[in-house]
Amino acid sequence: MDEIKDGLSEIECDVLVIGGGTAGPMAAYKAKMKNPDAKVVLLEKANVKRSGAISMGMDGLNNAVIPGHSTPEQYTKEITIANDGICDQAAVYKYAQHCYEIIEELDKFGIRFQKDENGDYDVKKVHHIGTYVLPMPNGETVKKALYRQLRRARILISNRFMATRLLKGRSGRIAGAVAVNTRTAEFLVVRAKSVIMSMGAAGRLGLPTSGYLYGTYENAANSGEGYAMAYHAGAKLANLECFQINPLIKDYNGPSCAYVAGPFGGFTANSRGERFIECDYWSGQMMQEFYNELLSGNGPVFLKLNHLHKETADHIEQILHTVERPSRGRFHEGRGTRYHETMIEMHISEIGFCSGHSASGVFVDDCARTTVPGLYAAGDMASVPHNYMLGAFTNGAFAGEDAVAFAGEVDFEDYDREEVAREQERVLAPTRREDGIPPNQIEYKARRLVNDYLQPPKVTRKYELGQARLAEVRDDMENHMVARDAHELMRAMEVTSILDCADMAAFASLYREESRWGLYHWRTDHPERNDEEWKCHVLLSKQDGRMTCEKHPVQPYIVPISEEEKDAYYKQRIKAEA
Amino acid sequence: MPLANTSTTVPVLVDEGKCIADKGCTVCVDVCPLDVLRISELTNKAYMKFDECWYCMPCEADCPTGAVTVNIPYLLK
Repeated sequence: MDEIKDGLSEIECDVLVIGGGTAGPMAAYKAKMKNPDAKVVLLEKANVKRSGAISMGMDGLNNAVIPGHSTPEQYTKEITIANDGICDQAAVYKYAQHCYEIIEELDKFGIRFQKDENGDYDVKKVHHIGTYVLPMPNGETVKKALYRQLRRARILISNRFMATRLLKGRSGRIAGAVAVNTRTAEFLVVRAKSVIMSMGAAGRLGLPTSGYLYGTYENAANSGEGYAMAYHAGAKLANLECFQINPLIKDYNGPSCAYVAGPFGGFTANSRGERFIECDYWSGQMMQEFYNELLSGNGPVFLKLNHLHKETADHIEQILHTVERPSRGRFHEGRGTRYHETMIEMHISEIGFCSGHSASGVFVDDCARTTVPGLYAAGDMASVPHNYMLGAFTNGAFAGEDAVAFAGEVDFEDYDREEVAREQERVLAPTRREDGIPPNQIEYKARRLVNDYLQPPKVTRKYELGQARLAEVRDDMENHMVARDAHELMRAMEVTSILDCADMAAFASLYREESRWGLYHWRTDHPERNDEEWKCHVLLSKQDGRMTCEKHPVQPYIVPISEEEKDAYYKQRIKAEA
Repeated sequence: MPLANTSTTVPVLVDEGKCIADKGCTVCVDVCPLDVLRISELTNKAYMKFDECWYCMPCEADCPTGAVTVNIPYLLK
């Protein structure tokens, strides 16, 4: 295994889904359910059985809009405010109207959701305004349940193929994608009438404080290929300056899980053991307060459960140590920390792109359509804000249904054979060199520069220096990177995505000359929010081979937000007692 | 520029007494999201070839004989 082989084959399908984590399997399943005659191919860099952000499972739904507990209007309002007004509500509202159907469908797949003694969904309040958090008692079975459905629906699965570029026809319509096998370096061209990208977050952008390249908050396999491929295909990307930064267990880098602990009475505390934020729901505004506390005399910040009854703390431990990131138990064992005894040190994550928690993604409408005809995006890499796992499932379903209908109306688009040959040369270039710089060193340097220069607070002059240094690394990558086998070649290709994402993060951040979304886009030389000029999306795209940004108006709200409500998420800090 | 062989201690351990890769099992290699496990040509047992671990645990959870243990990578433990 891993020796580089020559090879190029071509397959055809109606709908190609790239990425088999959360949104992808649901998209493929829904496409096939809507048109059982359609040929649906699911391409995955790893293995669909265990890929993506929910590789091991998920402990709950963070954004369940369940009749009787919350309304689509209320949820849409909450997310608009949480995302500082920059929100095309149509997609959020549509999600909120339909996510309950998806919950019922997941329930039929065998995924259980917590119910109270009356048989009603046991929804918990974590957000600032509404009630949307629903625990999943057998959350560790999610991937297995999904995989069963894919097999039953006869979806064609190709594991260990990494897509590298999208193909378009002369008309600008999608024609398919080029992929490379991660164990043999053989190429696969997939011709498709429509393509759905569900390739996850750009989670390997910043460097974790541990310095370990793979010790990321996100699944480290999610290195931003979706963002890079969409960019090179000419699709527009929205609000990339709205970074993802999350609160987490320091060094372990897994979620601190105030969503799990909050309903039991756990909370985020400062070193005095005091609560300093009103609400533990993740937003840029909350992260700003977290950051301020971290650096203040009251820092650092902790997850506090040691005031709870031992049984309660142990119960939370049991959930956190078995579902989403089960190695957390081993981490605490090594440190000798028990939740009922001591507060657990927290920190902030490295930066990334991820609409699952913030808003940076490939720009999509309420049917998951990108700006390229026939190309769709869903899940963490699409621009629907704060969409989490249930958003990935629901928007994946929208993508699957629309994409299979689109495929039914068009024929295959022709692509340029020369383009495939050029792409093969680009991909294989690091294997043609006798020696040079290995991908891990290029990656380390690029991500260290991201931390040094791009991590908020954002300073214009630092950004310009960062861009210059990243350009030097890019030159090394394009001319001196060496890959000795197919596995290293996969890492080399990931580095190209990471550098593309770093460049996009810098470019979009410099374009928006204001501060917004709390810590996510805190520009110290433009410290104020400026609604007059910047209450708009920033769309980044490649035009005539160059990176460009443009302002794009926020669509008129469906659910109005009053003046008094719009800054509710800025009122996070608990007022000092007189 | 020649390349160095810098050693690192890897987080995933395989109990060769329990591992049945020599009987054809490849479960841990198949499920790893980062694709860092391989079957050794020398011992015919699974081992961690690349130190690129997200300590996510499918290899351990899905191993049919309980041969795999995921530890926290040294740099962050």
